[in-house]
Amino acid sequence: MERVIFGDNQFFAVNHISDEKSRAQSIKFKEDSAIIKTLDEARAVGINTFMCTTHDRIVNICNIIRSQPEKYKDFTIYPCMPYAHKYANAVTELGITGTIKQYVPGNFFGSMFKGGVAFLSKDYLSIMELLVDAEMKMFKNINTPVIFLQNVITDLLLGLRADEVLIAFYHYVKKKYNAEAGFITMNMPKLLDVLEKGGIENPIICASINKAGFRMSGGNDVYEDVLKTRKLRAIAMQVLGGGAIHPKEAMEYVCGLPNIESILFGASSKANIESTYNYVHAFDQQKINA
Amino acid sequence: MIKVALIGAGKMGISHLSILGANPNVEVVGVCDTSKMVNDFLNRYGKFSCFTDYQKMLDETKPDAVFVAVPTKFHYAIIKELLNRKLHVFAEKPFCLTSAQGKELIDLALHQGVVNQVGYHNKFIGTFKEVKRIVDSGALGKIHHFVGESYGPVVTKPQQSTWRSDPTEGGGCLLDYAAHVIDLLIGTLAPVSVVKGSVLDSIYSTSVEDAVYSLLELSNKVKGVLSVNWSDETYRKMSTTITILGTKGKIISDASELKVFLKDSNALPGYDKGWNVKNITELTEPVNFNLRGEEYTSQVDYFINAVAGKVPNTINTFQSAWYTDWAIELIRNNAK
Repeated sequence: MERVIFGDNQFFAVNHISDEKSRAQSIKFKEDSAIIKTLDEARAVGINTFMCTTHDRIVNICNIIRSQPEKYKDFTIYPCMPYAHKYANAVTELGITGTIKQYVPGNFFGSMFKGGVAFLSKDYLSIMELLVDAEMKMFKNINTPVIFLQNVITDLLLGLRADEVLIAFYHYVKKKYNAEAGFITMNMPKLLDVLEKGGIENPIICASINKAGFRMSGGNDVYEDVLKTRKLRAIAMQVLGGGAIHPKEAMEYVCGLPNIESILFGASSKANIESTYNYVHAFDQQKINA
Repeated sequence: MIKVALIGAGKMGISHLSILGANPNVEVVGVCDTSKMVNDFLNRYGKFSCFTDYQKMLDETKPDAVFVAVPTKFHYAIIKELLNRKLHVFAEKPFCLTSAQGKELIDLALHQGVVNQVGYHNKFIGTFKEVKRIVDSGALGKIHHFVGESYGPVVTKPQQSTWRSDPTEGGGCLLDYAAHVIDLLIGTLAPVSVVKGSVLDSIYSTSVEDAVYSLLELSNKVKGVLSVNWSDETYRKMSTTITILGTKGKIISDASELKVFLKDSNALPGYDKGWNVKNITELTEPVNFNLRGEEYTSQVDYFINAVAGKVPNTINTFQSAWYTDWAIELIRNNAK
């Protein structure tokens, strides 16, 4: 994985500290061309990996990328699925069964919902596989070496102790897409225990890691201890604590931690992309020199 | 170890179950739902004991406390049964469909001496907690106006019908959506005593309202405006904002950002004269397990701690949720 990965929150009006900023971003990135322009600015700085949720608008972005194979030959996307709000709004409207019926393609459920037949493990895993396939459609012919499960689903399954489903996701994306599975979580230490127990060595885990301890369940000390003593490929996200930490201070903290393979961040302006990227390299360089 | 059971494993029930499953002080002894698919999943993977009959579950599993996350129309009967069995109860919002039912349950809970809480999670969000603290400190001077707003994209096209589209089952924007911001206003300021005017507007739905606009007077005579619309697709998810205006200052807060204007310096420690902006990052207390936001864990932890006798049972009690039911009833009657 690249040292710096570009995120997509700014494109889809996700701002953790201000609803007003969300609206401003939503206006700025109304056109797909504005998203592409920002991705190109990130590429110009040297960031060739884009981690994005399976939002409807990514379909268009993928079309543009596919249409210019030469320009984007080194470009890599890490899909994160599912786009949680799509399903959350559907569950509010249709309930859990109704949502699965709506989103699982084909007539898979035709017979299952009628009878009193017990649901088998393979049924649930088939549902998971069909949902993954549906979400992956938009990335056809695009390089997707790592495929992520979104934190709401990862953490929900974690709390429900449905560890087997997490492990099955890992094996399925490896088999079907020849990709490594990644897991986004707000509960890194607990998740690592579960993945290791399931036989996944050195898993890719993307978690909030920031100086402020924001969205780090258990706190900074617990996370730092896991990074120091355990085996994982960590991606630090929310490094700016939603914008509450100055980029320089934020990057100094994460660059100083062991075992963080990549740093994920998003920004709307070329200047912010450049300065954040440069901070990472400056602090990495300092570490090497020391 | 607190023994907990869950009735209703839908959207909120599953979320509570996951949080309970990750709590080291909780043993989930049973889950009751009508969906075979959900029950089989929870049993197969989480090793939860699943039931389709909640009375059977209560008899067999003997929980200390029960989470109730079924459609609102079933709340009254189920909660009454739980209280009669002297069990601590966490119920999803809204509390009951009528104020009379709610009143009966409040009295019963009091009589039985059990912990009671309703799932108005906004009160566990850092920014809104700080709003309450500032209001209570008196730093805003005499409060004379408020605006409570909530917008989101739940119903953005003509719907197929579900229990949420049936007002007798607890559906509609007023009960399902506006309840949150009404409860937040009441908890922050005071109960609603008079509804001066109300509009319940249908945009896409045929049997329920998609928007609620209302002019409210609180028991402390403060008047303000409620504006709620769940058919606004310019919002990615539910977005709630409260504005409170006093003679010495003003607050505008949503779940992410708190803006406070103070006329005087030294009105409140940590705040300057003029505008102050704080965000959720600095106002959030860490939790041990986080599923889509700290507030969901915080409210469950608070309930479990109240059952264990570690904290008082004072936030989101049946009584406090009843004030919200009562306000909803006043708004609905006024709009007729």
